[in-house]
Amino acid sequence: MSTVTTTPPAPAAGRSARNLVDMVFRARELSLVAALVVLVGVTAVANSNFLSGQGVKDILLNTSILALLAVGQSAVVMTRNIDLSVGSVVGLVAFTTGDFLSADHSRGIVSVVILGIAIGAACGLINGLLVSFCRVPALVVTLGTLYVIQGVDYYLAHGRQINAVDLPPGLLDLGNGSVLGVPYLPLITVLIMLAMGFYLRSYPSGREFYAIGSSPEAALLAGIPVRRRVLAAYLLSGALAGLGGVLWLARFGTVVADSANGWELLVVSAVVVGGVAITGGVGSVYGATLGALLLTTIGSALVVLRVNPFWQQAVTGALLLLAISVDRVLALRVARLLRRRNVRRV
Amino acid sequence: MSETTSEAAPAQKASPGPDAPGPGTSRRGVGHLLRWDVLVTALLLVVFLGGSLTSPSFASAGNLSFALGDLGEIALIALAMTMLVVAAEVDLSVASVLGLSSALVGSLWDAGWSIETIIPLVIVVGAVCGLVNGLLVTRLGLPSLAVTIGTMALYRGLAYVVLGDRAIAEFPQQYASLAVDDVPGTPIPYPVALFVVLAVVTAIVLHSTGFGRSLFAIGSQEEAAFFAGIRVKRIKLVLFVLSGTIAAFAGVIFTLRYGSARADNGVGIELAVIAAVLIGGVDFDGGKGTLGGVIAGVLLIGLLRNLLMLNDVTTEIQSVVTGLLLIVSVLTPRLAAVIRQRRRLPAP
Amino acid sequence: MGETGPEQPTLALSHVSKAFGAVRALRDVSLELFAGEAHALAGENGAGKSTLVKTLAGVHRPDSGQVLLDGEPVVFHGPADAQQAGVAVIYQEPTLFPDLSVAENIFMGRQPRGGLGRIDRRTMNAEADKLFERLGVGLDPQRPARGLSIADQQLVEIAKALSRNARVLIMDEPTAALSGNEVARLFNVVKALREQGCAVLFISHRLDEIFELCQRVTTLRDGAWIAAEPVEGLTHEDLIRRMVGRDLDALYPKQETVAGEVALKVDRLTREGVFADVSFEVRRGEIVALAGLVGAGRSEVARAIFGIDRFDAGSVTVGGTRLPAASPTAAMAAGLALVPEDRRQQGLVMELSIERNIGLAGLRDLRKGPLISRAAERDRARDWAVRLQLKFGRLTDGVGVLSGGNQQKVVLAKWLATGPSVLIVDEPTRGIDVGTKAEVHRLLSELAAQGIAVLMISSDLPEVLGMADRVLVMHEGRIAAEIPRADATEESVMSAATGRAA
Repeated sequence: MSTVTTTPPAPAAGRSARNLVDMVFRARELSLVAALVVLVGVTAVANSNFLSGQGVKDILLNTSILALLAVGQSAVVMTRNIDLSVGSVVGLVAFTTGDFLSADHSRGIVSVVILGIAIGAACGLINGLLVSFCRVPALVVTLGTLYVIQGVDYYLAHGRQINAVDLPPGLLDLGNGSVLGVPYLPLITVLIMLAMGFYLRSYPSGREFYAIGSSPEAALLAGIPVRRRVLAAYLLSGALAGLGGVLWLARFGTVVADSANGWELLVVSAVVVGGVAITGGVGSVYGATLGALLLTTIGSALVVLRVNPFWQQAVTGALLLLAISVDRVLALRVARLLRRRNVRRV
Repeated sequence: MSETTSEAAPAQKASPGPDAPGPGTSRRGVGHLLRWDVLVTALLLVVFLGGSLTSPSFASAGNLSFALGDLGEIALIALAMTMLVVAAEVDLSVASVLGLSSALVGSLWDAGWSIETIIPLVIVVGAVCGLVNGLLVTRLGLPSLAVTIGTMALYRGLAYVVLGDRAIAEFPQQYASLAVDDVPGTPIPYPVALFVVLAVVTAIVLHSTGFGRSLFAIGSQEEAAFFAGIRVKRIKLVLFVLSGTIAAFAGVIFTLRYGSARADNGVGIELAVIAAVLIGGVDFDGGKGTLGGVIAGVLLIGLLRNLLMLNDVTTEIQSVVTGLLLIVSVLTPRLAAVIRQRRRLPAP
Repeated sequence: MGETGPEQPTLALSHVSKAFGAVRALRDVSLELFAGEAHALAGENGAGKSTLVKTLAGVHRPDSGQVLLDGEPVVFHGPADAQQAGVAVIYQEPTLFPDLSVAENIFMGRQPRGGLGRIDRRTMNAEADKLFERLGVGLDPQRPARGLSIADQQLVEIAKALSRNARVLIMDEPTAALSGNEVARLFNVVKALREQGCAVLFISHRLDEIFELCQRVTTLRDGAWIAAEPVEGLTHEDLIRRMVGRDLDALYPKQETVAGEVALKVDRLTREGVFADVSFEVRRGEIVALAGLVGAGRSEVARAIFGIDRFDAGSVTVGGTRLPAASPTAAMAAGLALVPEDRRQQGLVMELSIERNIGLAGLRDLRKGPLISRAAERDRARDWAVRLQLKFGRLTDGVGVLSGGNQQKVVLAKWLATGPSVLIVDEPTRGIDVGTKAEVHRLLSELAAQGIAVLMISSDLPEVLGMADRVLVMHEGRIAAEIPRADATEESVMSAATGRAA
């Protein structure tokens, strides 16, 4: 590499190395789409109801909240952190906002959305402060807040249940209505996903999320406000979980304390299956959303195919393992190829 | 995952950090008092005294024996987890292995197998679960956090596949009593006695053998350990297998103790285990910790839970307390380090 | 030329002190950087150079004393503040984001903007291309930084610093991985910058480079300021004396030895894409140097021999035993020892004490029954610490508090304690002060005289020529030449290393 080549080495080798890397990462999103197509195709052949209007709508609705959480989670994972508390935040917000609405029907939807996001953001703030300013390992912190928030939720709920009849129809309409045949929920998710994707790709502060995950030490030396960005990632994840909680309430109407219990696993799986590296720095919110769609579709397909529904969790876990293993093997292959090119270039 | 959190670490690590034992002999005494495992032991005493004062039945032999027995599975798994965390790995799938083991015990018993056949089989399954974790971590070089989040879902899912949402009860009395009864002539339940034996063995292995030395070296600087000829991968594989095996065994005890096999047995136990290990002063980033500290941490969590239960505090609040303890246990040493650093900074 | 610059220094340190715990890294150090002047910072490793650089870069804040910008006291709260003030730093270790493109790495935080404040990637890539053209390298701005060689990473760092149009350019050993040509190009660019009025701080352990590039030199020793003076009129010896505080009679005390039987035999060793068809022998009593440019595959050969990396073909034989691939344990059992390239990552467990580090490679020998004997561990450590004249407080101190040279002695002690028949040392004196360097050379020489076969990888040409009985030169992953001591000259080794000779 560092030889005394008098002519600049041909850039061709470098460019093809880049194309190779590009290809590998695109391949992730393409292979997700391919997996979806195969899955949907096979299931539809086995049971034509799967592709009925209602079937598709159900899948989209079910994906929406998971994908929303996955978008927030990918911002956190990109910075080489993790937020395991999102599931319990959804539960807490769904219950408290339900409580808030059923207490007084005149309260508007906007205020509920704001309340939900605020509660979520507050949880995110606590996580973010502990991780970024107190430098406590993210896994431990969010595992801790997962249980604290869940405990608070159970304490507030005290075994009660929020019923759809107690909620204003406007909110339930948000959860189940549609515009031009497209349900609101996926619409909201897609808009947020696009905005996040655009921000992360095209703005300097967005790129800094990737930079931090790619190398925290280098980020610090480059003068990137690491703590502020990590805090922002947690705030975002918390706020989106808060919004997710409100949407959960809107979609299901009937809510007990343990909404979205255990979803943290599902969300992390969606993100990782979607190609966001758990070691940070790599991936996109589009991939994460596709990951969420795939997991949800698998769940629906299992039901349609009359497979024991208890398989779903096992399949989710297996898929997560498959995704990280494939990523790793590919990364090793690419590294090997790049290394060879380096030698040839000398 | 933990690397990110050390934002300011490059500066600190490059220099002889604040934790490096310096010649500041005058502060040595203070440093000793600030030692985390000492603090935890003190806290343990405070909880014990507070418990005896507020709740008359707390300090009775019967209650303590119950509290200890109730801790059995957590304590057992914490032994393996300590070694893993010292080596800078973590196993989040332990509670799921426990659940899978419980589900297997239930379904095989239901199918008419004898307990004598079931137990070894289930333990082998646990070892295989650990082996899968270990192979993914060591052969593919994946972070154990990601792997065990995946297997946490996978093994729990398999538990449901095995048993669905059924509950199998009615285990014969002679087996159930093994998990509950005291060792004759003592107030010590069998699982506790087993724990004491295993804890002594673990302490010796961790602190006085080459294997233990290797764990600390791997945890603080894996590459250097590898260059020193330590078989890093093999050792890690052994740890994961051990963790799976112990978790499966804990699943057997759990099932017999409650006399109920369910797929969701022990959900969330990994939190209590990790909390106990971290409260015990083991550094989540590896390379630091003592088994004595962990035992103090296990006891602290156990007594606290028992105390809350005696005072009729609901299980929800108990999980809040465990969660808070977990956060505090990792937060305090870091804050203490910052404070110590601040105090030393104005050097002459 | 710098003498006639403006009397106000662009950036200066005034009586700065900085301590980390008990270690006082800087004591009352002053430094003045003038526009249009290249200033060298000389000193052994551990003299405080890197701390000084990090203070100027805003990474560390001084405990006492001031940083002055254009004569005014400033406080840098972080690297961002220093960058804002026009200070660009090239660190010793490249600090790139492996997942981001080369261009993004260069422009992180200062990306050219298009409509809506978006990043203008086209302009960014074009700008990066221009920078590489200036440096005369053909890197693709859009490829990810992952997989770049160390030299290329360093070039990206240099491009990054150049792109800042900085008023102050600080370079902490930028040339260590660069070939002669790349160094020459870098120097041309730096000279041009200097003439445009940039203040330059340059650190290098190659004294020739200091004399070529710089006008003034400040010397540090043990964190204290020793001298600041014009380079003109100084000799190498003057500078070394200031750095180490004494004269050095013999830096390369090579003893004549008689080569014995073959101890290490490497036959047609190949690791795909890294090195190919490497064959050589090292005899007892011999010091064989493996020379070549950084990236030629020397360390990789050593790693494969020791079993760190798997080799794809060929064989390694130590004392008649053929080693299996990828097993350090087997290599150690056969009598191999490897003092690795990166002391802090590979050589030592920084958090462990001196005695535990020394014992680490021989845990098996320290056993009494199944348990480790602490007494045996302590004896082994004390024995070797004394033999290598290790300077330490207590054996239970963490190795982190030791200086670089003493850390290297701990690594050597760890391996010598295993009683090896073949010792591979990879850059044994990199980043070590001149005083310890001579001690390490003497030690290697003695070891060879005792009949140990030594394979020494080194980028330090005088060291190679001064210490080796034979020189193997690697080029592009192959052995390009084998030169006996009598014929080894700077010229003959370099021409083989750069592929000019057959």
